[in-house]
Amino acid sequence: MNDPLNISGRSFHSRLLVGTGKFSSPQVMREAIEASGAEVVTVALRRVELENPQDSIIAAIDTSRYLLLPNTSGARDAEEAVRLARLARAAGCEAWVKLEVTPDPHYLLPDPAETLKAAEILVKDGFVVLPYIHADPVLAKRLEEVGTATVMPLGSPIGSKQGLRTRDSIEIIIEMVNVPVVVDAGLGAPSHAAEAMEMGADAVLVNTAIAVAADPPAMARAFKKGVEAGREAFLAGLGQSQKKAEASSPLTGFLR
Amino acid sequence: MKTSMAFYDELKDYDWERLEESIYSCTEADVERALMSQILSLQGFISLLSPAAETFLEELAQRAHRLTEQRFGRVISLFAPLYLSNVCTNSCIYCGFNVRNPVERLTLTVDQAAAEGKHLHDKGFRHLLLVSGESPRVITLEYLLSVVARLRPWFASIVIEIYPMETAAYRKFIDQGVDGLVIYQETYNEKRYAEVHLAGKKRDYHWRLGTPERGGKAGFRRLGIGALLGLSDWRLEGFFLALHARYLLRNFWKSHLTISFPRLRPAAGGYQPPFSVSDSQMVQLLTALRLLLPDAGLILSTRESPNLRDHLIPLGITSMSAGSRTDPGGYAHDAEAEAQFEIADHRSPHAVADVIRQKGYEPVWKDWDVAFLQ
Repeated sequence: MNDPLNISGRSFHSRLLVGTGKFSSPQVMREAIEASGAEVVTVALRRVELENPQDSIIAAIDTSRYLLLPNTSGARDAEEAVRLARLARAAGCEAWVKLEVTPDPHYLLPDPAETLKAAEILVKDGFVVLPYIHADPVLAKRLEEVGTATVMPLGSPIGSKQGLRTRDSIEIIIEMVNVPVVVDAGLGAPSHAAEAMEMGADAVLVNTAIAVAADPPAMARAFKKGVEAGREAFLAGLGQSQKKAEASSPLTGFLR
Repeated sequence: MKTSMAFYDELKDYDWERLEESIYSCTEADVERALMSQILSLQGFISLLSPAAETFLEELAQRAHRLTEQRFGRVISLFAPLYLSNVCTNSCIYCGFNVRNPVERLTLTVDQAAAEGKHLHDKGFRHLLLVSGESPRVITLEYLLSVVARLRPWFASIVIEIYPMETAAYRKFIDQGVDGLVIYQETYNEKRYAEVHLAGKKRDYHWRLGTPERGGKAGFRRLGIGALLGLSDWRLEGFFLALHARYLLRNFWKSHLTISFPRLRPAAGGYQPPFSVSDSQMVQLLTALRLLLPDAGLILSTRESPNLRDHLIPLGITSMSAGSRTDPGGYAHDAEAEAQFEIADHRSPHAVADVIRQKGYEPVWKDWDVAFLQ
């Protein structure tokens, strides 16, 4: 099936993006990424020494096969996030950034005001910006207007594995925005990923659920299938049939 | 930043004896109720600290393991302490640096501190904890800031565990790229505190207790608190540690919180701790803290034996020191200055990292970047 995901003029076969945190070893991480079929791999700038080619995470990711998407995890305001993104670019990363501005270090919930501010600066500065946000449709529109490449609403708090607790708002975002919607954070099972894709999300990003599974590569494969199944179901028309179900005893049948 | 009230105002509402009675009167039914609840209340936490929870230790451990894995992943951060000076004007009866101990005193020069830092950097460390005794005339603010400036390029994170200061002084450290402040109350029991801190500025319980708040106001990204186990009943100390943690989380919500619960170790002066804490009690405290505070960093030092440290890795610990020296200058030179306490785990950082890997965890040397601050 030729159904590429297009982000900022770049085309990807896989609609599953994966994170690199929380794995028990670089080896397990590499195997899980491989099994996931992902083409976009996000890495926290705080965790890596970009100038060090021996860095355990950087060394484990073949950048000729994967787009290494640096994230600003840990930044608590726009200024910090912008500084980190620029440092990554200066160190040789592509000018793509997963923008995370999370002033609270415990639930890691995104700050809407600072995220919008940082996005505006980074877009003007030539970055392809993929912002992590709460499932807020108006914020998603505002980000689209300043030129972000995607919006990445959370399903539930990072690492919580609670699934699509923000389902209703994500539905509105999918309906309203023109850029790809990548559901990020909180997806705990392949069924959650499938659910997001069935709703019409363009892609999902998964980290914790794969990294802390008993068998991370096997779980990565399961998520790959969940994403593919959900996407196929969406394309097959599931979204429409859900919303426009026909009653078996129509009330207006007498008119025919 | 606006804070509603000082932590002391919250703490003073608790009566030590009444709380003791409430902890010791918990039943197994109370523990079961706490374990059934969706969100652990402070009352539920009390039951987890109680003797009644001892029979639930395996369940506590399993839950703490799962929760930590979910929130932090299969990783353990590594850091090293760098002792700058054992000069101290305090008389704390359990500490090797006690002003009354007739021991060799040493304050590293900035160059010597840099040599120690270089040594730790070369061993792989990127997270550093700077430690010193309390003697503002010898260990001046200017000296400490110069040390930080020299060490800054080698480390992704520098945290200070030095004597309490004012908020304005802390801001200077943050401007130099220091991201965290660690300060232990030692004991939350005000009466007991007075009995073990005989002289020096540290006698002032309130000044010490307010330190994390001053650090939070200054804007440190990490605030570390701790109680020194052995000075009084660990169950009550555990309760107040948690109370303190929750206060700080509410009031300084942008700072990450870490908790240490070191057990007293032999040191010069030969102090015998009156309240011993067994290994299983240590596990009970660690796991109960994890269940109440899923996102708090829980820190383990080389005070504990290799065997215990290895077994605590999957129980909720998030950060460990390794290959530590607690005598100033001990890394790069074989100095003869007195140590703060005896180390129990003498393994090298890489030997500890190997054990972490064998346990199925990734040892993480870097999980911060000075770029956040500068």
